[in-house]
Amino acid sequence: MRRLTVPWTGLTRRRRHRFAPLVVLAAALGVTGGLYTALAPSPHAEAASGVSTASIDQGRGLFLRNCSSCHGLNAEGSSDGPTLIGVGAAAVDFQVGTGRMPAANVGPQIVKKRPSFDAQQTAALAAYVASLAPGPAIPDKSQLDYTNSDIAKGGEIYRTNCAMCHNFAGSGGALTLGKFAPALRGTSPRHMYEAMITGPQSMPVFSDSTMPAKDKREIIAFLRNSAKEPGPGGLSLGKIGPVSEGGVGWLFGLGALIACAVWLGAKAR
Amino acid sequence: MAMLEKAAAQVGGTIDDRFGAAGWIKKTARKVFPDHWSFMLGEIALYSFIILLLTGTFLTLWFQPSQSEVVYHGAYTPLQGLKMSQAYESTLRISFDVRGGLIMRQIHHWAALIFVSAMVVHLCRIFFTGAFRKPRETNWIIGTILLTLALIEGLAGYSLPDDLLSGTGLRITEGVLLSLPLVGTYLSYFLFGGQFPGDDLIARLYTAHVLLIPGIFLALITVHVMLVWYQKHTQYPLPGRTEKNAVGYPFFPVYTAKAGGFFFITFGVTALLSSVATINPIWLFGPYKPGEVSDGTQPDWYMGFLEGSLRMMPPWEIRAWGYTVPMNVLVPALIVPGFMFTALGLYPFIERWVTGDDREHHILDRPRNVPTRTGLGVLAISFWLILLAGGANDLFAITFHLSINSITRAFQVLIIVIPPISYVVTKRICLGLQRRDREKVLHGRETGIIQRLPDGEMIEVHEPISDTEKWMLTQHLSRRPLELEPDTDDNGIPRRRLLLSKARARVSRFYFEDRVEPPTPAEVREIETSGHH
Repeated sequence: MRRLTVPWTGLTRRRRHRFAPLVVLAAALGVTGGLYTALAPSPHAEAASGVSTASIDQGRGLFLRNCSSCHGLNAEGSSDGPTLIGVGAAAVDFQVGTGRMPAANVGPQIVKKRPSFDAQQTAALAAYVASLAPGPAIPDKSQLDYTNSDIAKGGEIYRTNCAMCHNFAGSGGALTLGKFAPALRGTSPRHMYEAMITGPQSMPVFSDSTMPAKDKREIIAFLRNSAKEPGPGGLSLGKIGPVSEGGVGWLFGLGALIACAVWLGAKAR
Repeated sequence: MAMLEKAAAQVGGTIDDRFGAAGWIKKTARKVFPDHWSFMLGEIALYSFIILLLTGTFLTLWFQPSQSEVVYHGAYTPLQGLKMSQAYESTLRISFDVRGGLIMRQIHHWAALIFVSAMVVHLCRIFFTGAFRKPRETNWIIGTILLTLALIEGLAGYSLPDDLLSGTGLRITEGVLLSLPLVGTYLSYFLFGGQFPGDDLIARLYTAHVLLIPGIFLALITVHVMLVWYQKHTQYPLPGRTEKNAVGYPFFPVYTAKAGGFFFITFGVTALLSSVATINPIWLFGPYKPGEVSDGTQPDWYMGFLEGSLRMMPPWEIRAWGYTVPMNVLVPALIVPGFMFTALGLYPFIERWVTGDDREHHILDRPRNVPTRTGLGVLAISFWLILLAGGANDLFAITFHLSINSITRAFQVLIIVIPPISYVVTKRICLGLQRRDREKVLHGRETGIIQRLPDGEMIEVHEPISDTEKWMLTQHLSRRPLELEPDTDDNGIPRRRLLLSKARARVSRFYFEDRVEPPTPAEVREIETSGHH
C-alpha cells in the first residue's frame, strides 16, 4: 500500500512531542497578547489630562444626544437629574463606566449594568464634563498602584469607614427605602477609587482631605485581596454572616441527622 | 466458643464479686424502650453536647481568654501587624497555626448550631404529642431550663473570639442591660468591669462558657435522662400498648447498638459539614473596635428571634423626670423572651389545670386529637418564626430588592396577624383530620372504584379497615369542656373561689368546645350489622 506523502507529515509526527503543548500554549498566548496590545484601547490615553478639543466636542455631542434630557442642555441639571457642573471627570467615568448612566429606569437606586459607551466615548464624555468646571479627575496609574499598600491597615480603614454599609467582606448590604450598598467583589480598583472621591448616590465623599490617597489605595488593596482570597474553611456561604450559616445548619446539619434517625427507626413501629 | 464463654464468665464473675453488679446489669440490660425515629431527636442534642465537650476541650488548650492588647504576627497576612486582644489573636492562632485547629473550631460551632436546633425539634415533638403530661412535668421544666441555658451558653461562646461580630453582639447585650430601669447602669458596669467594653468580660464569659454552664448542663442532662429511665419512655398508641406497660426492645443489645451508632452518625455528619462549609470566619470580621460595625451583623440563629424582636419594635420610649425608660429595648429584648419562656415552662401546668386531669399518661397523643393544643403550638412557632425572619430583614431587602422599611412594617403587622390565623387554620385542619378518621372507622377507606348499581345509582366502593387501624383511630380520649359547678353547694352556701372556677370553665370551653367524637363501639357495631357502607 502506498503511503500518501503529506507535506506536513513531520509536523503531525511531532505533535505528540512532550513539549508540543507548551509550544502551542506559548504561541497562543503570544498571539492573544499581541492582538490585545495592538487592538485594545490604551487606558492611559483616556486618563490623560491634556485632552484635545476634538474629544471635548465629541463628548458634548454624546452628552446632548444621551444625557441632556435629564441633566439639561448645558449640564445645568433639571428636575430629573442633578447638575454636572463641577462633578469632574471621575464621576462621569464611574457612572458611565459602570453602566449606571444613562439610567434605564428610576428606582430607589440606579443600578449597575452593561456600559452603553465604550472606553473612548466614556473618556470623551468625561472630558466634556470636566471642561465645564474643575472637579475630581480620573485617577492615573500611579494613584491606583496598590501593589505595595498595607492590606492589614486597609482592612482596618475599611472596617472603620465602609463595612457598616458594604459588609465586612464587601458583600454589600441594605440601606433605607430600597437603597443598598453594592457588593464590591467585582468592582475595578479605578471605579472603587472614583466612588470614594465622588460619592455616588447614597455614598459619602471621601476626599483626599478626609482620607489620604494612600488610605484609599490600602482599602483597594484589602478588597482586591479579600475578593481573591481562598476560603480556608471551605464554602464561604456568601460571606454574609450567621444567617446563611443558620440555614445550612438546619437544612444540612439537623436535616441530615433527622433523615438518619428516620432511617434508623424505620424497622420498627 | 466455649472458651470465649468461659472467659466472659470469668470477667463477669470478677466484677460481680467486687461490685455486686450482676443484678443491676441484668435489670438494666433488659430495660425496654419503645422505638420510633422521633424519640431520637433528643439524642441528637445529647450527642452534639458530647461533641461540644470534646472539641471545646481541644480549643481550651490554645485559647487565651484575655483582653490585653497584642500585635498580630501570625500566619494570616491580611491582619499582620494589627493590634488586637489576646482572645482574638489566640482564636486566629487556632484557625491558622494550630494543626487541625480550624476544623475543630468549625466542628465546635456547627455542633452548637445543631445542638440547639435538635433541642427545639425535640421540644416540638414532646409538645405536640403531649409527652409533658403527668408524670413528666419536671422533665419539661428541666428541658426549658436547658434550652434557656443553651442560648446563654451560645451567646457566651459567640462572644469569646472578640472579633467584630462578637463585639457587636456584646454591645447589644450592654444596651439591653442598660435598658433596665434603676439597676441597668450598675449591672452593666458590674458585668463589663467598668465602661464598655472593659477589660474583664471575656475572662468572665470564658469561666461561664467552659465551666459554669457546662457543669449545670451535665447535671441537668443527667437528671433529664435518668428521669426518662425511671419514669419510662412514652409510646405511640398501638394495640397492646397501655398506660401500664412499655412495649419495645431491650436496652442491651438493641439500644446500645442503635444509640452508639447514632452517636457516630451525628459526629460524622457534623464533621462532614465542618469540612465542607465555613462557619464564623473570624479572620474576615477583624478585631473588635468599639468604633467599628459591619453590615449584616446578626447573631447565631438561636438568638435570631431576639434580634428580630429588637429590629421590628417601634421606637417607643417613656421620658419622665429626666429619665428615659427605653421600651424599644426593654420590651423586645427582655419582656418578649421572658414571656415566651415563662409560657413555655408553665404550659403543662396550664393544660393540667384546664383539663383537671390527674392521671398518668404514657401513651402519646396524635396531634390531631388535641386540636387546641396543636393550634397553640403552631401559633407559638409562627410567632417565633416571624421574629426570626425579622432578624434578617436587611438580607430580605437586598435579596429581593425591597425596601427595608416596608419589610419591617410588614413584619410589625404579620407578628400580630399571622399567629392567630395559624392557630385557627391548624385547629380546623386537626378537626378535619379527626372527621376523616371517624369516616374511615365507620365507612372504611375510599377505594376510588365507582360502581354502578342495577338501578343506575353510582356509588364509590369503600373498603373496611383492619381492626388494628380501627383501634388506632378510636383509642384516644375525647375531652369535653368542664361543667361549671353550681354557684352554691347542696346546703345553699355560696361556693368559694367562684371566679377562679368560672375562669377555668371558660378556658376549658375554649379548649374543648370544638370537638369531633371518635365513633363509639355501639356506632361501629350498628354500622357493621346493618351492612351499610
